[in-house]
Parts: sequence; C-alpha cells; structure tokens
Amino acid sequence: MRREAPQKLSDYGPLFFPAMMLIVFFVVPFATMIAVSFFQRQQGGFYVPAFQFANYERFLSLFFANVLGFSLMLAVTVAICCVVLAVPFTYLLTRMKRKVQIAWLVALLSVLSLSEVIIGFAWSTLFSRTAGITNLLVMAGIMSEAKALLPSFGAVLTGMVYQAFPYTVLVLYPALVRLDPTLTEAARTLGASPIKAFFTVVVPALRNTITATLIMVFIFALGSYLLPQLLGRPQHWTLSVLITDQAIYQSNMPFAAAMAVFLVLVTLGLVALTVLAGRKGETA
Amino acid sequence: MTGALSKVYFFLIGLFLALPMIVVAGVSVNAKQTLAFPPKGFSLSWYGEIFLNPEWRNALFASLTLAILSAALAVAIALPLAWFLWRRIAPWANIFQLLGIAPFTLPPVITALGLLTFWATTGFYGQPWTAVVSHAIFFVTLPLVTLSLGFTAIDRSLVEAAATMGADDRTIFRTVVLPLILPYIVSGYAFAFVLSLNEYIVAYMTVGFTMETLPIKIFNALRYGYTPTMASVTILFVATAAIIFSLVARFGDLPKLLGAMSSDDT
Repeated sequence: MRREAPQKLSDYGPLFFPAMMLIVFFVVPFATMIAVSFFQRQQGGFYVPAFQFANYERFLSLFFANVLGFSLMLAVTVAICCVVLAVPFTYLLTRMKRKVQIAWLVALLSVLSLSEVIIGFAWSTLFSRTAGITNLLVMAGIMSEAKALLPSFGAVLTGMVYQAFPYTVLVLYPALVRLDPTLTEAARTLGASPIKAFFTVVVPALRNTITATLIMVFIFALGSYLLPQLLGRPQHWTLSVLITDQAIYQSNMPFAAAMAVFLVLVTLGLVALTVLAGRKGETA
Repeated sequence: MTGALSKVYFFLIGLFLALPMIVVAGVSVNAKQTLAFPPKGFSLSWYGEIFLNPEWRNALFASLTLAILSAALAVAIALPLAWFLWRRIAPWANIFQLLGIAPFTLPPVITALGLLTFWATTGFYGQPWTAVVSHAIFFVTLPLVTLSLGFTAIDRSLVEAAATMGADDRTIFRTVVLPLILPYIVSGYAFAFVLSLNEYIVAYMTVGFTMETLPIKIFNALRYGYTPTMASVTILFVATAAIIFSLVARFGDLPKLLGAMSSDDT
C-alpha cells in the first residue's frame, strides 16, 4: 500500500491517543519543570510562582563548578573506558556464530536492564571487606588480610563502566554488524596481521560511529545517580545526585529544576554534536 | 585478531560481567544473616524470605503490578503512533516519534523530576497509578523502536492487496498488519516490562513515599545495613531478565531487533 497523506479528519484517529499522552505527560511536565526552575522557594519545601534567575545564579559558585567539572570528567572517563573495551569486543562478537551472538546479547541485555540499586549493591558487596574480592586474594595467598575497597573513585568508576558497557556494545552492534567483511579480508590478503588489520582498516572505517558512541555513552553516564552515592564519597557526587538530593531531601524544587534544565541543555548540545558527526559520516 | 587472544578477551569480559553476580549469588545462600563470601553454610531460606516476609512480598507484588500495567500502557501508546507513521505521509507527525524517544535518551533524573513537579502541581502526587503513567511514558521508547522496526519489515503489497479487495483501514489492521506485527509487540512489551521492574529513580520520585517497589525496597534496606534477602532478590531479577530475553530470542529475531539484518538476509 502506498503511503498517503491523511485526507479526512478520521485519518488522524490513530494519532490521537499517543499524541495526547505524550503531550500531557511528557511535554507539560517538562514545561512545568522549566517554569518551576524560575520560581521562588519558600520555607518548608513549598514554592511560589515568580520569575527570577536566583536558582541559576547559585551555579556560579566554586562548589558547583567543582561538581560540574567532576561530573563531566567522570562521564568522559567512563565513556572512554567503555568504548576502548567495547569496540574490539563488539567487532569480534559480530564475527561469531549467530547462536553464540544471541547468548552474549541475552547476557548483555540482562546486565543492562539491572537497576542501578542492584548494580550498586552487587559491587559494594564485591568491594566489601567481609564478602569481597579481597577474600579470594587472601585465600590465594596474594594478600595478608581482607580489606574494603570502597568508598573510592575506583569503585565508582568500575560500577559505572559495568553499567555502561552493555549499553556501549548495543550502540556499536548495528554499525559493526553491517561493516563490510571484505574490508578486513582485503587487508589480510595484502599481508596485514589480524590486529594490524583491525587498527588500520576497521577502526578508521568506524571513526564516526565511534565518535557518536562516545557521546551517547557520555550522556548515559551523566545520568548515573545512585552509583556515586553507593560506591563513592560525597566528593564523588555528580550533578544527577545533587538534583535528586535537592529535590527529595532538601525539598528545594526550584533549584533542583534549574539544575535539571541545565543538564538538559548540556545533553541537547551533545546530541546536536552526535547528529552533526553522523551527518558528516554520511557525506564522507 | 588471533583466536586464542580473542578467547582470553571474551573470558575476561565475561568474568567482569559475571563476577558481581557470582559473589551476590554466593552471599544469597549464606546460612545465617551475614554478608559473607565464600558463604558460610548453605540455605535457600533467603529466597523463601522474598515470598514469606510481608514487606518483601508486597514490594514484589507492587513491582510486578507496575511493570505489567505500565508496559501495557507503553505499547498502547506506541502501537497506534508507529502504525500512523508507517501508514501516512505526515512529516510533522514525526515530532511525536521524537517525543517518544526523548524521555529515554535524556538522563533519567530529568524525566523523573519533570513528572515529580507535574504530579505535585496537579495534586496527584503519591497516587499509585501515577507511577504506571510515569513508567509508561519513560519506557514508551522501547516498544516504539521495536514496532517502527517491525512495520518497516511488512511488505506493503500485502496491505495493498487487502485494500484492493475492499478492506477498510480497520479490517486491514486487524487481519493483515496485527498478525505480522505481533512478535514486535511482544518484544517491545518484554523490554518495557523488564526495565520497569528494575527502574528506581522515576518510581522513587513519583510514589517513593507511599509505595515500595522492589528497587526502592532494596535501596531503603541498604541504609539500615545488609541482609542476604537483597542478594536473593538480585539473583531473582537477573534470572527473570535472562529468561525473558531468552524467550524473546527464542521466538523472535534478537540480533535483528538490536539493529542487525535478519537471519534471512545474511
């Protein structure tokens, strides 16, 4: 059937329910949040309509500059670690038998769907003194006594890489599956070793995909709100943690909303960059 | 890369992914209420605890209800939208596709905070049904993506044939399109269901003070110290997710759903 433009009003029928739901429960809440970010906070957790920039002005402090700087640094580190680990992994995965691929995909999806609460709990157990990995090292005679490895920056980073790795693989998967296998075959025929073929042929061919993936994983990592709390110290808290903290525990909705709007702007700016990177890839 | 090297690499990645689950599984079979690994003694009582302890049972029941209803609502929003976008030429309607994908792409805390301010402003804050709507909006992306993919796989000439024989849109949808799209509806539902079961921040910000879902219950329990029940719940969750995704892979084309070409093409 050819696609046709809607002619009668009733042709728009199927659109009515989805459009209404998305407008009422996504666009309106989003607008509400933006409005609240300009409101004035009252004592006791309430707020009154106003139009002031005070909530945004609070960013201009050393404390928030530090938090923002740390959030960005952490997300960049997570993105780089994940992409470095995931590109060769996904490449090899797409060259495997279909059945093996499916088994790995099921495992990756299962880890990806895990709640941050569960990932945080699992890693805090693994890094704990009583039930942690150090007990195995003690049994193996490498360490003299078990110790806790958290809270620490390393613990936060490990937990977040664990959370973002399956996501990275699944973002890379479609592009790598479609990569023309004759590319590497040609390099191999011409005498390149498999590793050399991977770095000189596969990686350059995927340059734009890799850039786009880095940005996607960066945004994903920016959204992490529980792992820094469960595995780190207060100086490891990110913007997402502060937003939750202000909204729930400090009951300062206007300030939380202002930070959220700011986070959206950062994210949207990066999505725009991803799209630009993708465009360049198509024309190249 | 050489075979042995890639085997080692896959083993290490597999170990990294599995290690926390191995330790948690070990903790979950401790005989006493200690968080020890390797476990001291062996007991499955912490699995029984999920169903026997009323607090954990209620949380499990709340999570299941929320996931069943919100995934259904997400599909109900995504299906007509994907159908319309496939059936009609209406470029401006693509804005709704974008709106459907946005909640999942933005950092979750933003969607959560938006919904929190909205429910607080409208006065419904804390009602259990608001969590269902919130999750449906948050996860509508998943059925929307799988269904859009499913529609592009439908041969338009089939629908054309039905139209030539005089079937109206409604009949075409019910007799031709629905049977073809059904696997994608099921997998979209499955993705939304599993993620809703695990979701914390949106549920916490909308109904966190009136209702405990399992992830909220685990987080609240973490603050008062550890119990092996958390470990057994975690294993239950991983097992559930693995079983559901295996079923999707068994009855559908998982690599294709995740963006690869279908097995017929390769």
